Amino acid sequence: MFIVKYIKNVFSAIKSLLVGMRRTGYYFTHHKEIITQQYPDNRETLVLPERFKGEVVMPHNENNEHRCTGCTACELACPNGTIKVITKFDITPEGKKKKAIDKLVYHLELCTLCNLCVIACPSDAIVMAQTFEHSVFDRNKLTKVLNNPDSKIMDGVE
Amino acid sequence: MVEEIGTNTDGDLLINVGPQHPATHGVLHLVITLNGETIKKVEPHLGYIHRSIEKMCESLTYRQFIYVTSRMDYLSAHINNHACALCVEKGMQIEVPARAQVIRVIMDELTRIASHELWWGAMAMDIGAFTPFFHAFRERESINDIMEETCGARLTMNYMVPGGVMADLHPDFQKKVKAFISFYKTKIDEADELLTGNIIFQNRMKGVGILTKEDAISYGCTGPTARGSGVRCDIRKIYPYEIYNTLEFDEVIETGCDSLSRYLVRLKEIKQSLRIVEQLIDNIPEGDFQAKTKAVLKLPKGEFYSRVETARGELGVYIVSEGGTTPYRIKFRSPGFSNLSALDKMARGSKLGDLVAMMGTLDLVIPDIDR
Amino acid sequence: MWSLSGITNWVDQWLNATFNPTLTLIIEMVIVGVCVISLFAVLGLVLVIMERKVSAWMQIRLGPNRVGPKGMLQSFADTLKLLVKEGFTPNGADKFLFNLAPYLAIIVAMLLMAPIAFAKDFHMWNLNIGVLYVSAVSSISVISILMAGWASNNKYSLMGAMRSGAQIVSYELSAGLAILTIVVLTGSLNLNDIIQSQANGWWIFKGHIPAIIAFVIFIIAVTAETNRAPFDLAEAESELTAGFHTEYSGMKFALFFLAEYVNVFIVCAIGATLFLGGWMPFHIGNWQSFNHVMDFIPSSIWFMGKTFFLIFLIMWFRWTFPRLRIDQLLNLEWKYLLPISMFNILLVTAVAILGWHF
Repeated sequence: MFIVKYIKNVFSAIKSLLVGMRRTGYYFTHHKEIITQQYPDNRETLVLPERFKGEVVMPHNENNEHRCTGCTACELACPNGTIKVITKFDITPEGKKKKAIDKLVYHLELCTLCNLCVIACPSDAIVMAQTFEHSVFDRNKLTKVLNNPDSKIMDGVE
Repeated sequence: MVEEIGTNTDGDLLINVGPQHPATHGVLHLVITLNGETIKKVEPHLGYIHRSIEKMCESLTYRQFIYVTSRMDYLSAHINNHACALCVEKGMQIEVPARAQVIRVIMDELTRIASHELWWGAMAMDIGAFTPFFHAFRERESINDIMEETCGARLTMNYMVPGGVMADLHPDFQKKVKAFISFYKTKIDEADELLTGNIIFQNRMKGVGILTKEDAISYGCTGPTARGSGVRCDIRKIYPYEIYNTLEFDEVIETGCDSLSRYLVRLKEIKQSLRIVEQLIDNIPEGDFQAKTKAVLKLPKGEFYSRVETARGELGVYIVSEGGTTPYRIKFRSPGFSNLSALDKMARGSKLGDLVAMMGTLDLVIPDIDR
Repeated sequence: MWSLSGITNWVDQWLNATFNPTLTLIIEMVIVGVCVISLFAVLGLVLVIMERKVSAWMQIRLGPNRVGPKGMLQSFADTLKLLVKEGFTPNGADKFLFNLAPYLAIIVAMLLMAPIAFAKDFHMWNLNIGVLYVSAVSSISVISILMAGWASNNKYSLMGAMRSGAQIVSYELSAGLAILTIVVLTGSLNLNDIIQSQANGWWIFKGHIPAIIAFVIFIIAVTAETNRAPFDLAEAESELTAGFHTEYSGMKFALFFLAEYVNVFIVCAIGATLFLGGWMPFHIGNWQSFNHVMDFIPSSIWFMGKTFFLIFLIMWFRWTFPRLRIDQLLNLEWKYLLPISMFNILLVTAVAILGWHF
């Protein structure tokens, strides 16, 4: 019958709307379901996973020594020319010439954080840091030199 | 050449939707010919986000070019990377360890869930319901957190490498995924309560955007778009790669050919993906996560093609190699492009409001269409 | 007991004792005008923050929480921003109509304030055809929307305005019929008489099923009439960017925004007056002590409480439902709401004649 079907339609429609309203009403009254993280306020408690790819850094030990041999494997592995290795020749105590890095220039503005350089590095000299607040007012600040001034290569790293 | 302003010679109204418009989810530009509210023609214009990814790949080595493909269909970045890795492995004839295969499949399916969740929220927003968007993001965020822990990034992971995956799973991975699954199962009915059952939604979806089976095939539609029209096209079923042929899951097919069936296909696919993840999460075999490969990959001279099922459809990777370290030519067959081309066919004769809903059900990601 | 009418009476007596009658009338009009404008400002601020909080909690967010305590001053900051923004008139727009439209929208909202009784014996104009006045004046608002859409010289605006025109004209009918059921039951067009008739119980309880049907239809119709989701086709964001106010900026946009919220307040106030007893406290039959406690709550609080309950209901709709399509919108009105309300009128007339209501 038309009229019965009509009334049934109206009631099933209203019911379907009420089901949705019950769900939103549930969230309206249950504030513990809120998932917002208030970012700048929770900076102290914010923990990023140890694998998070923030930027490439070169760790130094307490004697200002790093593990980079200047082999340019990272430079070759990088898809965007982000890393530039500038080498120099050190004179070893035995009087021999030895290749070492002068500067390892890292262009953060070009980096896509693909992790290929870290994987390519044979001596684990570079790692990914868990930083993410990279914005600066001067673009030049994004071009970084990864090795500290006057740093040396660690003993035993070939 | 279309007249961009005013009316055409028939007195129809021409309006430009996009490239900056809330409904197009990116920089898609549609020139719509309207008769009142009724659509006479839809003409998509592309090129606003063309980054010449295919050309870029020609100058990158086989290890390097994979990361670029994350930027195509950024919502299924894993699956794009997977397709490229598969193609290189095919050329090099690298045997991928069993553990790596399982990890890849789990990651793919998690990506698919995340992508479909985002689609669900965005499509709800297209038809005017704002709340589902935020609810969808809650689930998506938990997947992103899992990804972040294992792959080190939330969106453009670059986790797949030729021969396996870049790093082993994080020790907490299984625990986190199980927690996610049990959490997700408590929330999975929300989609039905907020949208699917809703009478307004049903009326907006049912019987609009008709794409018949024949049209879906002739336009080359793939993925949920075609499966909503009853076409069997799930690459995971018909050309199984990795371990998909050993897994138990159904190819979701709806025969309604309208917006509602495309919507339902995606919702049901989420459940199938969950099923796959549940099957695998306790059975990750021990072993290497990466096969031993040479430092410099050189594909033999020839042509190689691989295809995978992304969240949007079939992604094909076609590599022509001259034997060097970089590909001679790369062509990506992106699912979004073919799906978008069917929009004109679907939209003719329907109302302007329905066009937005149809675009929602096509699940367009513009960087994937434009590359 | 403290009441708003006491204050107004005292002001009126003092003015009459100090000035001559004409001057008194002028001064009173100025006072009322200032009061309405400040009420507008307060309503705009309160409703915006309420909407943002309601939507945030439904969407598992926190909502505004930076400006002032718990973000309650956020709308002040927004207003300040809108005030200092450039009021932009696009090239090719009809400048006069384009600039007139927002003022027309706000004037309509102001006119609608006149007959509403905010508390016991506290109203601007005790109009004996209050209900008729409300339904007549509220239909002017469509003109401002059409004006804005046409004068903007923008296709999105024009389409939004056309949609809005069709929508408001059709939903006026069922809103009017829903109002009529209460008029039939009360036998008066005066809003104060309607409130008085609910002294022994609100119409939604006294009027049996017809009153409930009328209430549901009224809520749906006024949601559509004020262009609120799920009937926000005139400004459908995902389809028409912002509909009729696409081209407006700065304070002109804010006036449209304000008019929308004030209209929501007014229709909810009318709904509260007609169906929920206006400022009349909640009474249950012969429970004298209970009724006495209820009487103790000031009438203005009763009125505001009911109005804000209805406003919350309309906001709840907005943040739950998807948007209708234009043809479905008209279908809903002409195929469902209008026949049902016509049938309902018959029913309620029978109820009123036979005296079945309490």
